[in-house]
Amino acid sequence: MAEAADAAAFARIALPHLDAAYNLARWLVRDPVLADDVVQDAMLRGLTYVRSFRGDNPRAWLLQIVRTSAYARLGARRDAAEVPLDPEPASEIIDEAADPEAAYLRGERHAALDQALAALPAELREIIVLRELEDMSYRDIARVLGLPLGTVMSRLWRARRALRLPVEETAR
Amino acid sequence: MTGNPACRKFRLLVQADHDGELGVAEAAELAVHLQGCADCRAVQRQLADLSARLRSEVPRYEAPAVLRAALQAQLALASGPAQGTVVPFRAKPWREFGLAAAAAMALAASVVLWLPPAPGMDDADEIVASHIRALQPGHLTDVISTDQHTVKPWFDGRIDYAPPVRDFAAAGFPLVGGRLDYIVGRPAAALVYMRDKHVIDLYVWPHTGNAAPTVHTANGYNVVGWAGGGMRFQAVSDLNPAELRQFGDLWRTASP
Repeated sequence: MAEAADAAAFARIALPHLDAAYNLARWLVRDPVLADDVVQDAMLRGLTYVRSFRGDNPRAWLLQIVRTSAYARLGARRDAAEVPLDPEPASEIIDEAADPEAAYLRGERHAALDQALAALPAELREIIVLRELEDMSYRDIARVLGLPLGTVMSRLWRARRALRLPVEETAR
Repeated sequence: MTGNPACRKFRLLVQADHDGELGVAEAAELAVHLQGCADCRAVQRQLADLSARLRSEVPRYEAPAVLRAALQAQLALASGPAQGTVVPFRAKPWREFGLAAAAAMALAASVVLWLPPAPGMDDADEIVASHIRALQPGHLTDVISTDQHTVKPWFDGRIDYAPPVRDFAAAGFPLVGGRLDYIVGRPAAALVYMRDKHVIDLYVWPHTGNAAPTVHTANGYNVVGWAGGGMRFQAVSDLNPAELRQFGDLWRTASP
């Protein structure tokens, strides 16, 4: 049965990268329960589209799907399509630290680096996760994010600059 | 990370060098510039510091064992039932199904059959099906505790018997919780244990008589069952049969 073969193929592609999938989901939605849902969504999506996988770089392919699923869940929350049981996590979904650079220039010190990362806008947060935690190449990051290489480089620079702790001169 | 406008064109080169993405020609150009530019050398150091700190201080989250087990079980089911085995499977109504998700689920459901257990059939198959259902995220445990004195009273008033509850953390089988489940149409206590990254469900319900341990395999899952002390026990897991039997032996020797 073709569908059963798809599922078996998908299991071989996806299960070795489950930790990477969960890590990206967790950092994007910043909620362990929602991260579970995102990975479940991504697995179903991936199973549906497994025939579009061309055999190169399964991790980038899977993370691209995880990212789409995460933003779909976040969008659903933002649109209040789902009423959260607990208002606390939902409020966290909105990027409260919209301007970390301004915070930095005001001289605020981040309590911890992981909190600083969690507070970054999603587009900066995800590129740090892919480069520093998943150790992905620029090319693979470009694939996951659907961006040209040059944009990957400039965005990664912005993300790192936003994370940098106040150590030396503040000139820009 | 630098205020010198002349260095702006080098900042992405310093970064690419740091990330191991620089070509030979650009690397040579950068090396010359770095020799004469303290600012860019400072940027280089800051990038190294930041990366080192990110990689040591920020968690890379691992998929929870229960999520991994659930996905493995779902994909195993969608890959088709094991030969000669019919797996009863009832899909949970999942929240927020997208079209793609619904299509994939329909696909998964299309390759399994729902058949009630035949009269007199050993309940191992139903035990396996119940275990797989429970592996859906959020459905494994109703009470989460590694303390047997928390888990045992939790069943009071929820079930009309008092299942024995034991923790075997010292032997590598920690208790992680319990839940109320239904086996062959009757309520049954399910105790949840972990062995490394494998989930073990132990179903316990009243039973008269004794039975020596038996091992069954269904759809890639192993079931060890025995009876004694007024209870029937069925342990199910994707753990290998030898270790699952060891778990059963711990229970039987610990029981009065």
